[in-house]
Amino acid sequence: MTFATRTRTLFAAAGLAFVAAAAPALAADITGAGATFPYPVYAKWADAYKKETGVGLNYQAIGSGGGIKQIQAKTVTFGASDAPLKGADLEKNGLVQFPMVMGGIVPVVNLEGVAPGQLVLDGATLARIYLGEIKTWNDPAIAKLNPDVKLPASNILVVRRADGSGTTFNFTDYLAKVSADWKSKVGVATAVEWPVGVGAKGNDGVANNVMQSKGAIGYVEYAYAKQNKLSHARMINADGKTVAPETKTFSAAAANADWSSQPGYGVILSNQKGADSWPMTAATFILIHKQPQDPAAAADALKFFDWAYKKGDKLAEELDYIPMPQNVVGMVEKTWADNIKDSGGKPVFAAGH
Amino acid sequence: MVDFAMQANPAQSQAADSRARALARFKLSDAVFGWVTRLSALTVLLILSGVILSLFIGAMPTIQAYGLGFLTSQSWNPPLEKFGAAPSIYGTLVTSVIAMLIAVPVGVGVAIFLTELCPPALRRPVGIAIELLAGIPSIIYGMWGFFVLNPFLQGVLGSGLSLFTAGVVLAIMVLPFISSITRDVFETVPPMLKESAYGLGCTRWEVIRSVVIPYTRVGIIGGVMLALGRALGETMAVTFVVGNANRISPNWLDPGTTISATIANQFGEAEPGLYTSSLMTLGLLLFLVTFVVLAGARLMLMRLERRAGA
Repeated sequence: MTFATRTRTLFAAAGLAFVAAAAPALAADITGAGATFPYPVYAKWADAYKKETGVGLNYQAIGSGGGIKQIQAKTVTFGASDAPLKGADLEKNGLVQFPMVMGGIVPVVNLEGVAPGQLVLDGATLARIYLGEIKTWNDPAIAKLNPDVKLPASNILVVRRADGSGTTFNFTDYLAKVSADWKSKVGVATAVEWPVGVGAKGNDGVANNVMQSKGAIGYVEYAYAKQNKLSHARMINADGKTVAPETKTFSAAAANADWSSQPGYGVILSNQKGADSWPMTAATFILIHKQPQDPAAAADALKFFDWAYKKGDKLAEELDYIPMPQNVVGMVEKTWADNIKDSGGKPVFAAGH
Repeated sequence: MVDFAMQANPAQSQAADSRARALARFKLSDAVFGWVTRLSALTVLLILSGVILSLFIGAMPTIQAYGLGFLTSQSWNPPLEKFGAAPSIYGTLVTSVIAMLIAVPVGVGVAIFLTELCPPALRRPVGIAIELLAGIPSIIYGMWGFFVLNPFLQGVLGSGLSLFTAGVVLAIMVLPFISSITRDVFETVPPMLKESAYGLGCTRWEVIRSVVIPYTRVGIIGGVMLALGRALGETMAVTFVVGNANRISPNWLDPGTTISATIANQFGEAEPGLYTSSLMTLGLLLFLVTFVVLAGARLMLMRLERRAGA
């Protein structure tokens, strides 16, 4: 083999490699950005979906606020937010919103000698702790709910989010529903003026802070509590029943929701009625343009969501997320067909049943 | 006459020619060199003024909306678009003051020990260890502060994430600046001065207090300034341990926040408009605070020098 032929073969091989590399790139990745709360389950779905179809998902977990910003700027195909947008905002930006998956927010504590699930709290007490009115663990209000638990006299260190967060939105929404004081003094938002406590970044930041500080209380998405083996509290729900955070109670809260009552399915699942309902259940939402710039990319994204609705339930449950009920999925997919259209007015994606 | 001479002696004129050429070449290369260095210096000024300008433009909406009230307002509520810098400024100054209160005496003490009292065998290892401290990335100080110092201080003082903890972490971070610069300037004290003082019967303490420190005052203040500059702007390590609570508390064991920590925590989520602009204004404020502190130190130095000269 002369040098020349060898070079030629090399080039040919390189050319082949290039073609081979270019081929899968034609099936472009789906791009999305937003909430950190559902990121673990989106990542898991994306992995399985890629194995099945070869189409990947490029999801940036930058927070709900960032997700809304990016979908408005049209830099991604879909945005994700834990705090639902209001009907008027959806209308103004030409967006369709639908719920993707649900999860639970749990209070976590770091108390020596208190096992996970041993501590019981109710909404009013939790609100008073976060208002700074209850300062020590052996406060009568906590002691009354926990006659069998030996509570230390130590100070309560309140841990909350330092960044804007959909988890905070759902948590403060619950506190506002159960405490008039909270509603008037602090309010409901992705970031509020916390009366007390230390701030941490992200769900994992709160989990870490609680782990590091004796006497701390925080709130995190359930998967983060479980992964970090944090001691969660049980809650007394709207029906006055004590419930533990688990798939059953999260689903119970979701079952009672009237999804069609709000534009864009923007139902907030906190403090739902029902003996089994976990009071801090939350849905996380997807935002997508009604008339996408790139209908093919939007179709790819909807195909992925359709797959997740139909085949992703088990993967979601493994991570303690709650899949959307079948009737809601039906409603959502009808919304897609009715609303998400290309410039010619044709639906970009029709879900097969 | 010259012309004639040149014509008359071609060899000589050739030499003069090449000399002129060489001179021209030198002149050119000198001019180029001069301009290159001038350009480098200008670049720095350009970047500096560009940064200030862009910060100022970014801060304009906030300045228009709140005016000076931004400096005194304690509220930070993005959904209501109420923004104020007072807690951040307070935290920045308090953490830096705590850091200086700890790091200056310790840093100067280290330098005195190393130059005056240390057995020669120990001098190098201790010196190198201190310089290594300066090379540790700030994120590592943050992690150490969060995972080690935080639980420890919580056990001892009852409060782990606080302005005080942030001050302690900052003190450790800036210590090497103070001690290594101070050590270097201590070594410049002429032995004659010290020996004369010893000869007069001064104790070691008296020599250090009345000879070494006055002689090196300018250098020490320079080191402290450098350290203060770093303490004011440090972000990562502080964000870990300061508690990120937007409030002013006279108790330094309470959580607080600093300008850089507020920016770091919220930049990712900030929506365009007043929110982003408020963070930009915080950045501008940090710039100004640092500038004022450093300028103040410089002024103090000048006054000291004048008094020493008189």
